[in-house]
Amino acid sequence: MQELVTRAKELLKDGTVTRVLGWKNGDLSYNPEPAFFETEEALSDFVYNGFCGANLSKYMIEASKKEGKTLVFLKPCDSYSFNQLLKEHRVDREKAYIIGVGCKGKLDIEAIKKQGIKGIETIKGAEMTDACDTLEISTIYGDKTVSYDDVMLSRCYSCKGKEHVIFDEQMLESRDTATKGRFDEVEAIEKMSPEEKFEFFRKELSKCIRCNACRNVCPACSCRKCVFDSNKFDSAQKANVDTFQENMFHIIRAFHVAGRCTDCGECSRVCPQGIPLHLFNRKFIKDINEFYGDYVAGEDIDAEAPLTHFEFTDREPNEERG
Amino acid sequence: MPLNENEFRPKIVAFCCNWCSYAGADLAGSSRLSYPADVKIIKVPCSCRVNPMFILRAFEKGADGVILCGCHPGDCHYSTGNYYARRRMTLLFSMLEYLGIEKGRTRVEWVSAAEGVKFSQTMNEFVETIRSLGKNVRLGDLRCKN
Repeated sequence: MQELVTRAKELLKDGTVTRVLGWKNGDLSYNPEPAFFETEEALSDFVYNGFCGANLSKYMIEASKKEGKTLVFLKPCDSYSFNQLLKEHRVDREKAYIIGVGCKGKLDIEAIKKQGIKGIETIKGAEMTDACDTLEISTIYGDKTVSYDDVMLSRCYSCKGKEHVIFDEQMLESRDTATKGRFDEVEAIEKMSPEEKFEFFRKELSKCIRCNACRNVCPACSCRKCVFDSNKFDSAQKANVDTFQENMFHIIRAFHVAGRCTDCGECSRVCPQGIPLHLFNRKFIKDINEFYGDYVAGEDIDAEAPLTHFEFTDREPNEERG
Repeated sequence: MPLNENEFRPKIVAFCCNWCSYAGADLAGSSRLSYPADVKIIKVPCSCRVNPMFILRAFEKGADGVILCGCHPGDCHYSTGNYYARRRMTLLFSMLEYLGIEKGRTRVEWVSAAEGVKFSQTMNEFVETIRSLGKNVRLGDLRCKN
């Protein structure tokens, strides 16, 4: 982490960049939040550790409107989101200086708490210099240890890879964390009967409180005016009134990012109710791959997006999947 | 067909494109071909005018089945609209199936202006399918229903 701060200070000093976009500690040491740093002194608050799951690419939309360059730290999966935004002309490449930082898998504090660990005071072993195999947690009930691999964010188990698709320079080591297939969960649901599917999604979606956190954090959801803010729509900016609206919000949101979602998993990470929202986006990704050929959003800036492109020989909607 | 009061009469929304399918429906009418009155036709300028929200909203308002009719691929009045609609509907229908909505409740059919017979056949078939599937409860408002 210290080398990131040193490099950021150098770049600020020589005038390459006018601000730094990174993470700083939140109220608790295990929930760092995205932050802009304008001066070298301010960088003393900078952190980058196993809890820095937040994807900074969406903040570059605002930063692109400001004077001067912004130094941004992107993890491998974040670089896909940045590239996708670049493709959609939402960010300015000239205004960004990208340092691709390594990633050893990001931790999920909820997963740690689910292991029965309460009253957490400090967590050791999550720094990038650590081996990242065990976490030493001191709690008000005594010291505990958990395996790093047991408490990562669900997205890290099906990691897309540790290669940055866009960067000016790369720093820090990565560690391979993928142990599961990306579409395992989706396939398991597809095998269920319609009744089971319905029950499963009802159970999950009935938890939705429409806080809009999933929309606000999503790098693909960057429309200036969102359909869910429109007053003409009776679903605007309010809690879901009925079960239809619970379903509808998530179907439409997933549809709006279909073909553009880079599967960064931020929606599931920020959901205060723990709804596995990535299941919707992954379903669309899986279908697009199956029906229209493999496509990774954000990988290639010149590739044809699946929903703004067609082939004469596309499958028919009623066709059975084969 | 004799009317039976207890018989289930589904509500079916058919989105028909202005240039082919709506004219096809017209031809079915002027050729005296019958199709069930359960089908409510909504005319749209092109099949690609149909936003996924239209389909969901139809289900919310009590539709038991939704069918989208457009020009045959290659015959779109706007050249390529139905190709885009085809991709969108493929993904949307697949998602609805994933959420546990029966696959038979949604359908896309290409009907040209000369295919009055096909229009009436399609609608008869679709209404039969929906009758066998029964009432749609899953995408509407479920409160106080279960």
